[in-house]
Amino acid sequence: MRPRLKVGVLYSRVRVEEKWIFAAMEKHGIDYVRLDDRTIHFDLDDPTPWREFNAVLERSISYTNGLYALRILNAFGVPTVNTAAVAEVCGDKLTTSAMLARAGVLQPRNVVAFTPEAALEAIEAFGYPVVLKPVVGSWGRLLAKINDRDAAEALLEHKATLGSVQHSVFYIQEYIKKPGRDIRAIVVGERVLTAIYRKSEHWITNTARGGEGEVCPITPEIESICLNATKAVGGGILAVDLVEHPQKGLVVNEINHTMEFHSAQPVSGVDIADEIVNYVVEIAQKD
Amino acid sequence: MTTVSCPECAAEITLDEGTEVNEIIVCPDCGVDLEVTSLDPATVEMAPMEEEDWGE
Repeated sequence: MRPRLKVGVLYSRVRVEEKWIFAAMEKHGIDYVRLDDRTIHFDLDDPTPWREFNAVLERSISYTNGLYALRILNAFGVPTVNTAAVAEVCGDKLTTSAMLARAGVLQPRNVVAFTPEAALEAIEAFGYPVVLKPVVGSWGRLLAKINDRDAAEALLEHKATLGSVQHSVFYIQEYIKKPGRDIRAIVVGERVLTAIYRKSEHWITNTARGGEGEVCPITPEIESICLNATKAVGGGILAVDLVEHPQKGLVVNEINHTMEFHSAQPVSGVDIADEIVNYVVEIAQKD
Repeated sequence: MTTVSCPECAAEITLDEGTEVNEIIVCPDCGVDLEVTSLDPATVEMAPMEEEDWGE
């Protein structure tokens, strides 16, 4: 008889998503361990305790902690959802853009520069307005819409002077006049589970910033774009954020590898936590 | 019924049934985020502030 599977869930805070995931683990009778990333430690010379896990689901709220934990676990040979390689790509918006570009997935136009002077030149060539985004970060924080040269000069100087070194990677994106909404699609493995519109009068439509959710039908186009996008970044359990571009049509704005779904699950009625747990079990069984 | 006291404003907060350790709750009086650090006995602490690399 096959030994009982053991699964770890790495987390930082028990958000509603983690509560749903824990409940799904319990419902399926899975032997799972809650791993609080603030209390664990890894002895790099002793992978034995970690190799007891057939798979670890990473739900850390800190990108840095989650990424390093995944790197260590994968180096130990422990399967993880998602993999460190996927987290490396998706946790960094610029790297995501590079991988999407390589795969030919439609996305907003992006330009990158490493000094305020080069960034200003790039922005001027781009034309206003443009959006400046931090390469790492979430929940719509520190996004800046720049409407003119005065604002560009001020913002670039502030970022270079006050920000960490990472804020001097100037990731410049075209401003898209979207119809007051974007689309979040949840992809698990090869399936687009569900999608919701996130509506807001503000140009930032993230539900973490107060955007409201509504069911978005999964058209063949959405399905195809999402599967191409998730394949481009390595696949797994991912949230693809799409924007309706007035000229290009649907474009992929970003991909999240430890997505929140506190809006998507109740709005869509799809038990996303349950699907996540099923996928983790699939990965654990491959071990 | 389990109650805790808000460390920020001293409001008495009743924990819902099914509350979990490490869950974040919001003080209904002052709105501060609190982390449930234990259930028996029930204790809460100020939740860590948002950091730059936090998110999804």
